[in-house]
Amino acid sequence: MTIPADLRLRIGLALALPALLTTVHGFAPAFTALVAMLLLHVGSRQPFPWKRLLHLEGFLLLLFVTLPFTMPGTPLLTLGPLTASIEGAWRAATLAAKVSASVLLLAHLFAATDPLHLGNALRALHVPEPLVRLFVTVTRQLGVVRAEFARLQDAMRARAFHPRSNRHTWRSYGNLMGMLLVRALERADRVEEAMRLRGYSGRFPRTALMAPTVADWAVTAALVGATLLLLLWDKA
Amino acid sequence: MAHIPDGILTLPVLVGGAAVAATGVGLALRRIDDRAIPRIAILSAVFFAASLVSIPVGPSSVHLLLAGLMGIILGPGVFPAVLVALILQAVLFGFGGLTTLGVNTVNIALPGALTGLVLGPFIRRASSPLRAGAIAAVGAAFCTFATGGLVALSLWLASSDFTPVARILLLTYLPLAIAEAAVTATVIAFLTRVQPQALLPQNTAPAE
Repeated sequence: MTIPADLRLRIGLALALPALLTTVHGFAPAFTALVAMLLLHVGSRQPFPWKRLLHLEGFLLLLFVTLPFTMPGTPLLTLGPLTASIEGAWRAATLAAKVSASVLLLAHLFAATDPLHLGNALRALHVPEPLVRLFVTVTRQLGVVRAEFARLQDAMRARAFHPRSNRHTWRSYGNLMGMLLVRALERADRVEEAMRLRGYSGRFPRTALMAPTVADWAVTAALVGATLLLLLWDKA
Repeated sequence: MAHIPDGILTLPVLVGGAAVAATGVGLALRRIDDRAIPRIAILSAVFFAASLVSIPVGPSSVHLLLAGLMGIILGPGVFPAVLVALILQAVLFGFGGLTTLGVNTVNIALPGALTGLVLGPFIRRASSPLRAGAIAAVGAAFCTFATGGLVALSLWLASSDFTPVARILLLTYLPLAIAEAAVTATVIAFLTRVQPQALLPQNTAPAE
């Protein structure tokens, strides 16, 4: 096992390692972190998360493309009036490595996690009770809501709706979401009543979690230690 | 569109964002009755599902944030609703990250909460569904650009290298603002016609 089995420790790692990694400045340590995460994935039997890795927010793309051109330094290549600097290219590559390593880490830590178990672990970590209850209820209802959404979209498609960039499309989606909200509110009332009928008093019963094993602590310490070494190398 | 991933921002920005988000969520939770939790949760699930649809705008397509709509319908409940949705997105789909949860929650929920607070009363008092929708459209557009501005601010605070990008970032939010305004206007007009009481943020349990 390369990651702890205990969810509380996994949540801790998912916060601590990217927080440490975000302070890395050099390309070599950042790239080493990325390679280490790739090795972790090769070692596990989970499918490789290509989709997560290739998903780029619009502003990130903008950042990676413009950084080489906006940072001053030794010229690398010239495109008309624009000059890309070596420093800027390294900076963009370092950021990309850090982001990718963090994405891979999260995917690895939570690949096979049931969100309901996550709720229990969050409660054990003293996250406020109402927030955990909200999280668990959203998780439970999401499947229902998405199925309802899919049904309404099927109905639109059956009536030859095809999304295009025009007001008709936006208005159709608006009506779809409005309908979904109306049904969701009715469902919320029913769920609330059903919960009260079953003696709900504002608290979910929860089972105490077992203490993490020594092996779990050891793996966690090793991962944090390795990241700290990376940080030392970066500062050296 | 507004999910800053792990590894971009610096620690002070991350910690500052987390502190503001914790304050917002804490204040909201204190005003929310225990029995209103299922309502907020199910509405949060709707907004989550709606944000997965890709909507064509011009040559590109966008995923809606619907923060303005959430602010109008949920009131301060938008803070915990956004936080929970972001945790799920980070864990289930890998959008955003866990260290940036605080920053991302503030960037999305704060404009939404302000829109609900300022424009909510006007929308509920509007004389016609069309007018209510028009006010909501303005709110949604404002909300989108405010989120874009906050993302730019987060990047600018993190490193001076990001300043050029932060300056032009708002432009990339234009397609999103158009879609947000158009869809939000329709949703609000629809709800005003069909179920006006849906627009009232209920932080307490429904009356017996």
